[in-house]
Amino acid sequence: MKSTNFFRKTFNRVNPNMTLIILLLVVLAIVSLLFGLGLGPISVNPGTVGKILLSKLPVIGKSIPHTWQQLDENIVIGLRLPRVCLGLIVGASLAVIGVTMQALVRNPLADPFILGVSSGAAASATLGMLFGVFSFLGRYSLSISAFIGSAVTIIFVYTISRVNGRINITQLLLSGVAISMIMDGVTRIITLSAPNALGLHNATFWMSGSLAGAKWGYLTLPLVVLLLCMILLMINYRGLNLLLLGDESAGSLGINVQRLQKMLVLIASLMAGVTIAVSGSIGFVGLMVPHFTRLLVGGDHRRVLPISALLGGILVVWVDVAARMLLAPEELPVGILTAIIGGPLFIFLLKRNTREKKVIAR
Amino acid sequence: MTRLMMNQLNFSYGDANVAHDICLSVERGEFVGLIGPNGSGKSTILKNLYRALTPDSGSVTLDGDDLFSLSHKAAALKLGVVGQENDVPFDFLVEEIVAMGRSPHKKLFDIDNAHDRYIVHHALEHLGMADMAKRNYLHLSGGEKQRVLIARVIAQECDFLLLDEPTNHLDIGYQLQIFDYVKRLGVTVLSAIHDLNMAALYCDRIFVLKSGRIIFHGKPEEVLTPENIYDVYGVRCDTHLHPTTGKIAITFLPAGL
Repeated sequence: MKSTNFFRKTFNRVNPNMTLIILLLVVLAIVSLLFGLGLGPISVNPGTVGKILLSKLPVIGKSIPHTWQQLDENIVIGLRLPRVCLGLIVGASLAVIGVTMQALVRNPLADPFILGVSSGAAASATLGMLFGVFSFLGRYSLSISAFIGSAVTIIFVYTISRVNGRINITQLLLSGVAISMIMDGVTRIITLSAPNALGLHNATFWMSGSLAGAKWGYLTLPLVVLLLCMILLMINYRGLNLLLLGDESAGSLGINVQRLQKMLVLIASLMAGVTIAVSGSIGFVGLMVPHFTRLLVGGDHRRVLPISALLGGILVVWVDVAARMLLAPEELPVGILTAIIGGPLFIFLLKRNTREKKVIAR
Repeated sequence: MTRLMMNQLNFSYGDANVAHDICLSVERGEFVGLIGPNGSGKSTILKNLYRALTPDSGSVTLDGDDLFSLSHKAAALKLGVVGQENDVPFDFLVEEIVAMGRSPHKKLFDIDNAHDRYIVHHALEHLGMADMAKRNYLHLSGGEKQRVLIARVIAQECDFLLLDEPTNHLDIGYQLQIFDYVKRLGVTVLSAIHDLNMAALYCDRIFVLKSGRIIFHGKPEEVLTPENIYDVYGVRCDTHLHPTTGKIAITFLPAGL
């Protein structure tokens, strides 16, 4: 009884205790990090993982006794640490992209995967990778080409689904499905006509999403973009809240709606681009996480944004653990698992959405 | 003193011209009604005023300043709007929706303080909804939602309200209640009104629209004559001064009579 009271007092829509929630989630993220580093085909226990990590810290590192095998250290630090960190960043980014797109199209069913943005990014990324279309952009050519793909898709879907100045939900979901099919088709054509054999492998990677093969070099850009976009979104949290009331109401409450929407398109496609460039398309995280966040703390973006980011990171780390454990030593792509978990939730939300409409109409 | 002055405003959706050379003015403290049949351009004119639409030509001044060169925020500090959008597809509490009315008063990093909470509470109390503050907006009835939006515009603390058929789809009790609340605020109001008897009861002046043009304007008793109403709506009616209200009361006559 006491624990449920505590839960209710902390997590509720009316007056959630934000400091405590964030603290709890940060602790949970650290615990997830320890388990994420330890669990896998070759498991290392979390205590040892902790010691290995501490020994890498500059000052106290020297005082930790070296009681583990070198192999464990190589697995934890060399293989899994970049992967788990990438999982945290990618998960946080995907959740925040979901929140952003939901505010943009004013519908809780928006997600980069469902609206075809991931497919768009994958198509232009494949184009860039296999034919070197964007190679003049240098080191970040892959991310930039994915960004261009996602930006084009968002603008496309957004324009198609606007009917008389309003986003029409049927139009939105259908145009998302159609565009993601078109883009997947384009990706296949590109890979099949690719001059090298690498193509097929990479296209499969983007269509199913995976964190395997993470390197330290992959982390910088997504992290910088995540932090930057988070700051921008948090500054505009009021605007995001107001957008949910509708364009006209937001405008009459002092928001420059067009400018804000352009910014959101830019933020969502930038984050989607750099995230998808390193992880492929991992679906439904942007749908699931904001939904549960709203259940926990209500709809105010000042709370939804940071909590979604933390929950998203934690979720992806755990799904990734499952992805490498379930069929070990084979690896499942993370995207397949998130789809299996997220798909049913999407259907449930869709059902509930139409049911509520009927109740109101009556 | 003239607060709002609209001069020769034109607006068209593609080829369809829905507002022709509209000129209207609202004086300080007045309650001005816009009436006319469906599709006559009432909402269009209001949307041009709250900048959901951009006019093709014409000018609007608010307290002497060009309305269209004000920033969105500056305009929101003067003009409060209750439009026809009232569905919010996300979970928000009633008090959170009302608190959104405080936005134009907020700077970039401000969070809501005790003063804002006081105003939100006061606005809800004003509409007799104080006990609904923690309810989920999604689960309210149409009339309750409309009252929440009125509370939001009260919390916005503007002295000029633009209302777009604020009592649409509400039963007679709520219709009277909402107009009474607005009237009691003592602010300047420009409202599109569907029901002619309501317009007669509350408006100081009325502008009548037909096919995007203003064809009559003046005091309710000057404008709401059987001839004018037949001209605009194509229905026959009787009008008389009601002994209790002292306002025009309209009785519509069915075709068979």
